[in-house]
Amino acid sequence: MITIKNGRILDPSNNIDEILDLTIENGVITQLGKNLPTAEDSQVINAQNMWVVPGLIDMHVHLRDPGYRHKETIKTGTKAAAMGGFTTICPMANTNPVTDNEIVVEYILSKAQKEGVVNVLPVGSVTKAMAGQELSAIGEMAAAGICAISEDGKFVENPALLKTAMTYAKMFNLPVLSHCEDPRITGSGQINAGKYAEKIGLKGIIPESEEIAVARDIILAKATKSKLHICHVSTAAALQHIRNAKAANIAVTAEVAPHHFTLHDEDIPPYNANFKMSPPLRSAEDISAIKAALQDGTIDVIATDHAPHHEDDKNCEFEQAQNGIIGLETAVPLSITELIEPKILTPLQWISKLTCNPAKILNLDKGTLTVGKIADVTIINPNIEYTIDKQKFVSLSKNTPFDGRKTKGKALYTIVAGKIIVNAGELVC
Amino acid sequence: MQTKKDLLGIKNLTAEEILMLLKMAKAEKPKVKNPMLRDDSLRQISMATLFYENSTRTKLSFLLAGDYLGAITNDLNISTSSVAKGETLIDTGLTLDSMGINIIVIRHSMAGSAKLLAENISAAVVNGGDGSNEHPTQALLDLFTIWEHKGSFDNLKIAILGDINNSRVARSNVFGLTKLGANVTLAGPATLVSSNIAHLGVTITNDITKAISDADVIMGLRVQLERQKAAYFPSLPEYANFWGLNESHLKYAKPDAIIMHPGPVNRGVEISTNLIDGNRSVIYPQVENGVAIRMAVLKYLSNVGAKTGENVIKLL
Repeated sequence: MITIKNGRILDPSNNIDEILDLTIENGVITQLGKNLPTAEDSQVINAQNMWVVPGLIDMHVHLRDPGYRHKETIKTGTKAAAMGGFTTICPMANTNPVTDNEIVVEYILSKAQKEGVVNVLPVGSVTKAMAGQELSAIGEMAAAGICAISEDGKFVENPALLKTAMTYAKMFNLPVLSHCEDPRITGSGQINAGKYAEKIGLKGIIPESEEIAVARDIILAKATKSKLHICHVSTAAALQHIRNAKAANIAVTAEVAPHHFTLHDEDIPPYNANFKMSPPLRSAEDISAIKAALQDGTIDVIATDHAPHHEDDKNCEFEQAQNGIIGLETAVPLSITELIEPKILTPLQWISKLTCNPAKILNLDKGTLTVGKIADVTIINPNIEYTIDKQKFVSLSKNTPFDGRKTKGKALYTIVAGKIIVNAGELVC
Repeated sequence: MQTKKDLLGIKNLTAEEILMLLKMAKAEKPKVKNPMLRDDSLRQISMATLFYENSTRTKLSFLLAGDYLGAITNDLNISTSSVAKGETLIDTGLTLDSMGINIIVIRHSMAGSAKLLAENISAAVVNGGDGSNEHPTQALLDLFTIWEHKGSFDNLKIAILGDINNSRVARSNVFGLTKLGANVTLAGPATLVSSNIAHLGVTITNDITKAISDADVIMGLRVQLERQKAAYFPSLPEYANFWGLNESHLKYAKPDAIIMHPGPVNRGVEISTNLIDGNRSVIYPQVENGVAIRMAVLKYLSNVGAKTGENVIKLL
């Protein structure tokens, strides 16, 4: 039995923001109330001045297993998740082999069972081998336990095929997570098109590569009445399309990655590939638009797009470098520093984007502190100030642009199904 | 890590550093065509050219610049080297480092590659062109040529015509010319002259006549056939028709305007043959100055190398 005392309970699923105690027994939340009596055999966590929140959900990560275990494994990736406060993560399908059939899904789930420390809910690909030709085994993967389908970094170029996939996935109640970027527009672009790209001579990626893709996918979501979720939105223009679609009651949701509300293109040290990702860091104006969209609910979810890469994939020519940065262990401090401290979001608004909102999109019975539900709980100290040190990351890869950055806030306890995985900031498994 | 002294771009040079290199080039220039004046002042320097892209004048003029000053010069043939076996740029650089090479001149299709190499090895690195980023020795030789003909840069009007977006020559020249006080206008089809370039402190236009009005210097850039295939403009004849420089344009420029081109030139596309071979053209003097500038750069970096430990301004 675990008793969490005196914490500020932030549970957006029940609209609770109150100092309360919470008890966990046999992996389930058993009580929520003021000054609960502490049973003798109970482990007590004093959460005074801390936030007690539903276990965080990251619906967009890359675990690199199968295929690239030198970058991340299910073991290291789930440990990094736990250290970052996440109790559930959704690994994308760009494994090798691609997660396009139930055998790969079962491999990931069995690996997660054996060596994982948080819940792992795989995402299946839209097409076989992500080749954009034939549908993946969507139904069989749904039966095996995927929570969504996505072509991840690849854009399904053929709109008729994506429409078919949306129509088919809807029967299994699976949302389609879409990386909206038309590669024909991106071309050989490397960073956001703008004066900085001109200055350092890298080819620019114009915002229309995202905007056109978002607009197209919204049209298909409207036609199919399927659930469409736009991954890592980076531009003001795309956000406006999403806002309009929501106003028209189209079933579209959207996420943003912490780096896209923290950094802009001029923050990139020349040719430093730890700042290279897709979509790229955009302009300061885009950051303002992202913050406004977080406030007005146009952006439903914060997801990290945790993308581990080996040093060799980053310390090379910028154009050769792989896209992506790790994010599981920096999402909480970046959010608190960039969104909570400047009062862009209330703590409750912020937590909803990491708990009940992704749970709703993915149809998960998670993201809540309701009594009787499985006890996935995270405790955050919002006041700790510290400098990010990539050498302290649990992730197997260290590709972050945030090394050395001063931040505030940290997840100190991560509890998965009633089991303490991170205790006072230390992994205990 | 020992202090390295590299020439990676004009971007971070000061006006004083640029002018110092031009003065050094002036002193070296007589050695280009007069063998009696050549010396062996760089006999203790070993240099290599590492060219991942084709080049006629940049590579040869670096090798000759080294030879005219007595350096040991080598060209690493990329197609027959371990690069063809997949060796990374950094590993190739470390290999040359281990063989005692003091100066590496690199040309590479990717922006930032010279910087990457410089940061990971101890030899001095000279950027011989990296993607669409910079080509600093080309800009220096262009500046040297302008300086020889005009005596100063103050309020000169320089028109640069052609494929600006993809041009490292244009970028390096823009950085250098604006630092030295010249006014730069970039002109070409809108598909090859991004509006974002105006942020670099230049004027942009799609009207070549406007660009060369009252110009002291007109610089044409090579238009690559690949750009037409990528549909940036319909055809080379149409390009020549709207953006090619010919005799009819000269009346707009200053009477003593000079015509420059970094080469290789597409005759009749970006500049008419008559102008290339005419008395306004300084295209071949540019080539001669290219050897002089590269002698100056090698000498400068060698001097710096010889003074290891001293606090010399880092050339970026």
